[in-house]
This record gives sequence, C-alpha cells and structure tokens, in this order.
Amino acid sequence: MSAHERVADPFLDDTLPSLPPPRRRVRLDRTPVPVAAPGDAAAAGARRRQRGPGGPERMRLERLSVLYGSHRAVKDVSLPIHAGEALALIGPSGCGKTTLLRTLNRLTETTAGATREGRVLLDGTDVEQLEVTALRRRVAMVFQQPNPFPMSIFDNVAYAIRVQNRKTPRRRDLEPRVVDALRRAGLYDEVADDLDRPALRLSGGQQQRLCIARAIATRPEVLLMDEPCSALDPRSTAVIEELIGELRRELAVVIVTHNLAQAHRIGDKVAFMYLGDLVEYGEAEQVFVDPRAERTRDYVAGAFG
Amino acid sequence: MAATAYEAPPPPPSAPPRPAPRRDAVRTWKWSHRLAFGTCWACGIALGLVCAAIVVYMGVRGVQYLNPRLLFTRPQPGLAQSTTGGILDPIVGTVILTIIGIAIAVPLAVVAAVWVVEYGRPAPLARAVESGIEVVAGTPDIVIAIFGLAIFQLPILAPVSFTASGGGVFGRSFLAAGSMMSLIALPLVFGAVREGLTAIPAHVREASWALGKTRVCTIREILLPQVRHNVATGAALGMGRIVGDTAVVVVLLGATLQIERQGSVPILGDLRGTGSTLTSYVYNASPAGEGNAPQKAYAAAFVLLLIVLFLNFAVDLLGRRRKETRA
Repeated sequence: MSAHERVADPFLDDTLPSLPPPRRRVRLDRTPVPVAAPGDAAAAGARRRQRGPGGPERMRLERLSVLYGSHRAVKDVSLPIHAGEALALIGPSGCGKTTLLRTLNRLTETTAGATREGRVLLDGTDVEQLEVTALRRRVAMVFQQPNPFPMSIFDNVAYAIRVQNRKTPRRRDLEPRVVDALRRAGLYDEVADDLDRPALRLSGGQQQRLCIARAIATRPEVLLMDEPCSALDPRSTAVIEELIGELRRELAVVIVTHNLAQAHRIGDKVAFMYLGDLVEYGEAEQVFVDPRAERTRDYVAGAFG
Repeated sequence: MAATAYEAPPPPPSAPPRPAPRRDAVRTWKWSHRLAFGTCWACGIALGLVCAAIVVYMGVRGVQYLNPRLLFTRPQPGLAQSTTGGILDPIVGTVILTIIGIAIAVPLAVVAAVWVVEYGRPAPLARAVESGIEVVAGTPDIVIAIFGLAIFQLPILAPVSFTASGGGVFGRSFLAAGSMMSLIALPLVFGAVREGLTAIPAHVREASWALGKTRVCTIREILLPQVRHNVATGAALGMGRIVGDTAVVVVLLGATLQIERQGSVPILGDLRGTGSTLTSYVYNASPAGEGNAPQKAYAAAFVLLLIVLFLNFAVDLLGRRRKETRA
C-alpha cells in the first residue's frame, strides 16, 4: 500500500481532524468472525468452512475492464470462478462489483455507452463468441429486487424453460421440470397445493426463491446473484443463504454482497474490490482473518465503506 | 460490553405530551384564507352544477322525446317532424366509424409506443416521433379533416371512397373518415401505453433477458401483457373522442342522412359509401341545421351523451382495476 493512495482516501487520512468514531464501528469490531444468523445457518456456515477447494474452473476473467463512456468502472480484473463453490464479491458501493457481475452474462451490453476490454471465458470459450441467449441460459442471474413476472408461479418457471415464444412444450411435459426447479429452490413444499397462484402474492422471501427457481430451471453452470438478500428480512435471508450453500454443490455461485458477515458465511472464496480494482482474492478465511492488503484489512474491520 | 451503552434505546422524550389538536374551524382562520377557501368551494360547486345541468337537461329532454321506435327506424328526409323517421342510421354510423378508427389507431399506437420506449434509437428519431404525435394531438380536428380530404380525393384512392359517375373522386366514405378519426384517437392510446411501459422497472426487463430471452420475446410475453390495461384505457378515451367528433364527419363522411351504399356489394359498399353519425345528425336536426327537427336532435344528443358517459365510466373502471392488481 503506497503512501499517496492512503492520502487520497479521506477516510484513512490521519492528518484530518479526528472525528468521533462511528457507532457502527463498535459492532463491526466484534464481528470479524460473525456469530449472526439463527442457529441453523451459522452451523451450516461452520460446516461449509471445512470444505476444500471446489471443482473445475468454469469461468475465467482475463484482464477485464468495463467502461461507461470514459469512466472505467472495472479495471484489469483477472479472476477464476470454480464450479462447486461460492465466490463472494465484496467492496464499498460503486466499486464495480455489480458491473463485473453483469459482464459475466453480457448484461452490461444493454446499458448504452458501456464497452468491454479483456476477455471473459466460459469453459474456455470467449462469451463474445457464444450466442447471447444461449450464454444467459448457461449463466443465470438473480437480482436485488425479487422480480417475479406477473403470472402464476408455474408460468414463471415455465417461461424460463421454454425457448423464446414457443408454446410447444405442453404443461404436462413441463411439469416435472418446473417441480424439480421449485424443489431445488426449496420452495415447492410451500406452494405445492396451488402452482397457479399469482406469483406476486408470495412473500418477499418466497418471491426471491421463485426467482432462484426460475434461474436454475435451465440447469445453468453459473449462478450470478446481485445482493439477493438485501431486500429481505433476516429469516428469509437465512433461508436463502442455506439454499445457496446447497446450490453451490452443483454449480458455481458468484454473489455480490454488502454484508460482510454474509460473505463470510457463504463464500468459499472472497474477492475484495475497491474503485474498480480487484484488491484481494482468496479463501474466505484468509481474506477475513489474515488479509494481505491493507485496504482489505481496513474494510473488513469496518473502517470505511 | 461497553458497546451496549451505545445501543440502548434512547430515553423516552421528557417533553409534556402535546395537547390533542382541536378541531380546525374556519371561524378561526384569517379573512384572506376564508376568502380563498370560499372561492375554491364556489368554483368546484359551480363546475359541478354546470355538468349536472347539462346532463339533467339533456336527460329530461331525452326521456321526453326518446322512444324505441325512434331508435330502430331509419331517418327520412321530410318537411314536418313527424315524417323524418328515426335515428338508426346515425347510431350505426357512429358505431362503424368508431370501430374503424380504433381498429387502425390501437395497433399503430401500441407499436409506436413500444418502439419509442423499448428501442428509441436513433434517439433524435424517437424524439421526432414523440413530438410528431404530440403535434397530431394538438391539431384541430377540422384541420385533420381537410388534410384527409386532400389525400382521399387523389384519383389513386378512388376505390375507397364515394365516386361520382363522371369519375370525380369525392374523397368521402366511412373508410376515409375512419382512417382520419384514427389520428384523433392515436395520441391518447400512444400516451397511455408509453406511460405504462415506462412505469415497468428496468430490472423486470433485465430479469427476462437474463433468462436468455430476446427483446422481442420479452416485449411479447412480459411487457405487453402488463400494459393491457393501459391499451384499454387509451382505447376507451380515444373512442370517446371519435364518438364526439363532428368536423371529420361533416367533411369526410358527407353527413348524409342515410348510409348510402356505393356500388352493390353489401358491406364493402357501405364502407365506401357516405353516412352520418349522431353528432352530425344533432347538428343537422337542430334549428341551426336544415332538418328542423329539434325534438329528434334532443333525443339523439341524449343517446350520444349516454354513450360518452358510458365510455368515461369504462375508463374509470379500467383505471381502478389496474390499481388493484398493482397493490
């Protein structure tokens, strides 16, 4: 960490008049290793820690940069994404986490003025060479806001399975796949009695799990999650965290989160980003307990962000 | 655990509880406020009274003169009021014209709105389209009518309108009037659909794209079903405007008393022929026109008013149902 970089950040500048410490700091100091979440999830978190590195490499970012006009939102990021484990992207607001995530399924392309440099490889193929619809069926995404479509629960999942406008797979043929997706998202038991209920009648946590079911219905290889719990209450959050722990056995999960405790609970690998740079990438335990970079240490200690 | 001191809830406020607010009485207000308050009431009531007066007056007259026989007999030319027949043709004319106008306006407006909101590139073109539609919305209907006449009198368009035996193209027919009427309804449908589309948050579209769906599929399966109510509302508003329009009828439909078929083919001939609507009938039958059948003018005006009130009610109902589904 060079000296001029520290001065550039007002939060770290020792020469500024010292402000009273923020109240939040007291809490964060106590939680480098979180004790949060109702019993189950915490226990599951402890269990997960014991797992070794996951399966084969699914995606690889090579010197990826994303520009909005002339503003460089992501700078020269290189990163592997492995199957069978969850990668948590952490960092302060506006540091490019979400942009990075959206680049993985080429959703940044829909933003006017966004350009990309470097390469994103999916199983060794540049995503640029894949057809975008096919890519997005392999690299699925869950958003911050639960956003089921205003149709029935069944149709929401069936919509994801059907190819474009085709109505041809009939309901009877689709039913097993829909039920399977709902079951893997842990929602089936709660909605089994009436799959034709409007999806918007579900609770927020159920809606988010429906969105996950929709995303995994096409059996993707990578699941991108953009702060999937930030609009949910703690109980739904715990349910979804547990679900992520299950899902990551069969696919690669990349999750953006502002919640450090959550990143620690569910991430096998953690990547810390700051102002578009990838500052640190490593095992969750190492990043939280013994970070290499000073900025990472300050961030996970709650000093800024 | 010194930290707990920070996190303890703040002590309850020590200030004495506020006295319950007394009932706010106009008597305690300043004179200027009372005056303004009174003016607001007066304006509201005056407007309501004007509307009520129109409806009640037309209602009384209508009930007085309207009878079923009037509704189901064709109008006839005649000098005395007893010989001029009923208002069947104007009612049928109104219905035909409205159907043609809406059938043309709705698809055009929906497609235009989808393009402007969902694609909108090149941006200058999209802006031009939007302001163009705004200009159409602000154009007086008589200007639209005259413009339509200029177009439909072109010899190349003779097949869709009333043609004289010498080959002169009059440019008057249900088709001509209907297609110009669609211009009057189009901005309303366009505005309603555009509003509905912009109200759908961006992440809903992205959710669909992220499932590997194309833009076209997203529009068809996700966005259009969500703006169905807006289409209905816009269409109902547009129908109200078409039903109430007179200038286009007089200039482009001929405002003939009966529906006059052009040629011998039943339906197509009627569409090529001239006719009238309730508005033009009211004008012609009133003392201002040549028919001099004021009682029938009142009856027709009452029917017209009922149709417009019904459409307004439908708009209201559609808007309300949409709010309920959102909640």
